[in-house]
Amino acid sequence: MMRENQWLTSMAESNGIAVIVVTVLTLILVRLLYVLNRCGKSLRPTTVKPLSTLIVLGSGGHTAEMINLLLELQKDRFMPRYYVAAATDNMSLQKARTFESSSSSEKGTPAQYMQIYRSREVGQSYLTSVGTTLIAIAHALWLMIKIRPEVILCNGPGTCIPLCAIAFMFKVLGIRWSSIFYVESIARVKRLSLSGLLLYKLGIADQLYVQWPQLQRKYPRSIYVGCLM
Amino acid sequence: MEIADDSKNSKRVVFVTVGTTLFDALVRAVDTQEVRQELYAKGYTHLLIQIGRGSYIPARSTSDNGSVAVEYFTFSSSIAESLRSASLVISHAGSGSIFETLRLRKPLIVVVNEDLMDNHQEELAEELAERKHLFCAHPRTLHQTIASMNLDSLLPYPAGDAKPVSKLINKFLGFPED
Repeated sequence: MMRENQWLTSMAESNGIAVIVVTVLTLILVRLLYVLNRCGKSLRPTTVKPLSTLIVLGSGGHTAEMINLLLELQKDRFMPRYYVAAATDNMSLQKARTFESSSSSEKGTPAQYMQIYRSREVGQSYLTSVGTTLIAIAHALWLMIKIRPEVILCNGPGTCIPLCAIAFMFKVLGIRWSSIFYVESIARVKRLSLSGLLLYKLGIADQLYVQWPQLQRKYPRSIYVGCLM
Repeated sequence: MEIADDSKNSKRVVFVTVGTTLFDALVRAVDTQEVRQELYAKGYTHLLIQIGRGSYIPARSTSDNGSVAVEYFTFSSSIAESLRSASLVISHAGSGSIFETLRLRKPLIVVVNEDLMDNHQEELAEELAERKHLFCAHPRTLHQTIASMNLDSLLPYPAGDAKPVSKLINKFLGFPED
């Protein structure tokens, strides 16, 4: 009898746990579907207050393209601005600083600069990049908890993948709603980059822009915007 | 194309750039007798090579009759100056170098690096070559490209515009249109 009782209690307990797990998973799934459905739809008709903006910079041509875009965006709408670049990339943040100091006439326009571990260096094999990606994700999580941006602008480097994935997770968990904009590099004419493809396929980017018409035809959910350079 | 006709000037510089890393195959290619002869035949007098971190060092030479003068450096903060002084640019396929050169309206030959793992750079060079903004070559075919190129066939590259993206982002976020 005693044994049977214990057995029944533990059965009830494990049943209870199972019910909780299933409920939580269902809730997450429902929320995930909601977020996926909500992504790509524009925000309320009139935004008045400025939005905190995370700008992910990449080496060389990527940064030049991003600066060209930033020159067009109204600074009083996208602030404070947080610039993130790979830890091995010293030039990009320098270019961002030059851009900030040259174009902001009013004082105190807040901008912050941060470095992040890179998930894959140019030329690194895809196999070893698994380990480095894990480190990059942990570091990215720490940065994202601190920043919690409302807008994310990125245009190519692999650095943006962990940041965008975390931003998406924040959306699912209800920590912070953000709009993710991805501009594929002008260097991509026929195929999306690995970063672009991931964000496109997983539906993480709210809007994915491409600079060549043939690329838009291949990826119908992307938006053709002409050349930025 | 609005290219300054400086053929009357005695000095016509060809500037070669490998960008921020290295591209020995390009430096080696421009250092060959064939390429230097083709350049000289086209009226160029000086060859200035930015070799980056590469290990192949070209032979410096002064201009004698019948050959171009060769000079090189590793890195410089004034790449823009070298570009501006050039009559012809031979560049790696990085988008930074390509668009900087096109903006200066300089005739450009882009040499594709075949040793890169994910060789998407070729896409951009080939697309721009198809649109007649530049010539596209490989290290082994560079001398043929120089021999057969007709600079008058090049079209100026129209300046890029980030306004469409900016508008779409603003609209998406619900900011009012100006």
